[in-house]
Amino acid sequence: MNVEVNLDRRNALKAGGGLGLMALFGAVGLLSSKAALAEWNKTAFSAKTMDEALAAMGVSTAESNAIFIQLTVPEIAENGSIVPVSVTSTFPNVEQISIFVDKNPSVLAAQFNIPAGTESMVTTRVKMGQTANVVALIKADGKFYRTAKEVKVTAGGCGG
Amino acid sequence: MGMPMKIRAGLKDGVTEVKILMQHEMETGLRKDAEGKPIPAWFITDVLAQYKGKTVLDAQFGQSISKNPYLLFRFKGGAVGEKVNVSWVDNKGDKRSDDGVIA
Repeated sequence: MNVEVNLDRRNALKAGGGLGLMALFGAVGLLSSKAALAEWNKTAFSAKTMDEALAAMGVSTAESNAIFIQLTVPEIAENGSIVPVSVTSTFPNVEQISIFVDKNPSVLAAQFNIPAGTESMVTTRVKMGQTANVVALIKADGKFYRTAKEVKVTAGGCGG
Repeated sequence: MGMPMKIRAGLKDGVTEVKILMQHEMETGLRKDAEGKPIPAWFITDVLAQYKGKTVLDAQFGQSISKNPYLLFRFKGGAVGEKVNVSWVDNKGDKRSDDGVIA
């Protein structure tokens, strides 16, 4: 991914002249608000197993902790296509919250970067193809913590 | 141009709670149509929420997020009558940006 981006930049510069540079500055201007933020992690979002996803996110160890992470999911989901998931953490300095479904074809559902001033809490809805564990991963003070809960799915959300 | 989002933002005890409902198919790329042809993946990859130009939430989505994604989060501060801007980008490069007024 980075290599492609660099090549594009290089080509833009090579094209030379005012036009190439203006195009480059134009693009930078448009993306400036997003540029400082993390790029979509294709490897992690394509990962088929928890281990692959964690490796792609640079997580070597994630301590289990069900006290400082509150993961709220239904015990039974009659409709696997809309499963509400809420994650709240009472760790100080939470930088990131990620949600996984360990038996989905792509395990990583979402990753939230939490800026200072935003509460370490997020609620969303995920699809679940079958009964599986929903895993919440928290990054706080540079360390990773996780907890998981099983959701029994009676009708899958990835059919067709 | 994507379909409009519904954004509700409310201030209570110095904290703004933001609820976002996006309109998007969120196709996984794994389903097949009636003729058995694969339906290509089509899903939101990035969501950015900003208040007065400052990022209050930066989210990345994968294929496992439900159709018409829903998000709820809270940030400290905010003022009634001010706007929270939410924008998303999908894997085909489509975009949408909407404002919600804090009540």
